[in-house]
Amino acid sequence: MSTARQSIARQGIALVAGLLFGLGLAVSGMVNPGKVLGFLDIFGRWDPSLAGVMATAIPVTAVFYRLAARRRTSLTGTPLPSLPGRPIDRNLVIGALLFGMGWGSVGFCPGPAIEALVLDGRAWVFIGAMAAGMLVHTWASGRQG
Amino acid sequence: MEPLIGPAASPILHDLGRAALGGGLIGLAAGVLMLANGRVAGISGLFAGLLGGRAGTWKEDLLFLAGLPLGALAFRGLGGVVHISLTSSPLLLLAGGLLVGFGTRLGGGCTSGHAVCGLARLSPRSVVATALFMAAAMATVAGGKFL
Repeated sequence: MSTARQSIARQGIALVAGLLFGLGLAVSGMVNPGKVLGFLDIFGRWDPSLAGVMATAIPVTAVFYRLAARRRTSLTGTPLPSLPGRPIDRNLVIGALLFGMGWGSVGFCPGPAIEALVLDGRAWVFIGAMAAGMLVHTWASGRQG
Repeated sequence: MEPLIGPAASPILHDLGRAALGGGLIGLAAGVLMLANGRVAGISGLFAGLLGGRAGTWKEDLLFLAGLPLGALAFRGLGGVVHISLTSSPLLLLAGGLLVGFGTRLGGGCTSGHAVCGLARLSPRSVVATALFMAAAMATVAGGKFL
């Protein structure tokens, strides 16, 4: 496959994959912060839906990752990323805890929040702040390193 | 034909059926993105990459992210009803967004990158990150009830 056709194929696949991902979030109700908070509210009326989503999402992903692991390149000929086993460090721990606090205070994680941009105007406030938080991290790590 | 699981039978079973179906679609999307394109479907990472102006894959990454809202619109087009119940104040939306943005960069991923793609390949980092952000989110919800 030529490079131009390769990149058009990759772009089409990415769009369809994004659409399927968004459809999955909508079908499962995970695009709704209220429903996600229902899962996180273990001392209230617990809603197990998010666990149900993970129960199928993870094994289905794993099957495709196994298939990819047997190949040298992706189906469109791009190199498959070698995902290195980086150590579990302080940044991972603190980052995950901060992310969890933000997720639990609103009910939005990045995917549903991006999807909700066309559903509820307030999602723009969250996404704007999220982008700012990412830029703060870039700025802070630049100063450190 | 009667649906196998309907809201009338049991709301929890109905929701779990929808959750399993939605999860399957999410897994299919994340799996295809890796097998066909060699990309991890980590949404915070892809978003940050676009924000940082990372070259090379920006077009396909942008198209993947643009597909997310299209998925919601497609669901509506198919007759589905999308509920959004968002009770946070604007200040909480800002604080939550900042924490999610900074935290996902420091911790190297969010629900999609760590909990779906990372757990699918049994990455020890993703197992730790998922346990921690789930616990922190549950503690935040529990703590919020007392405020």
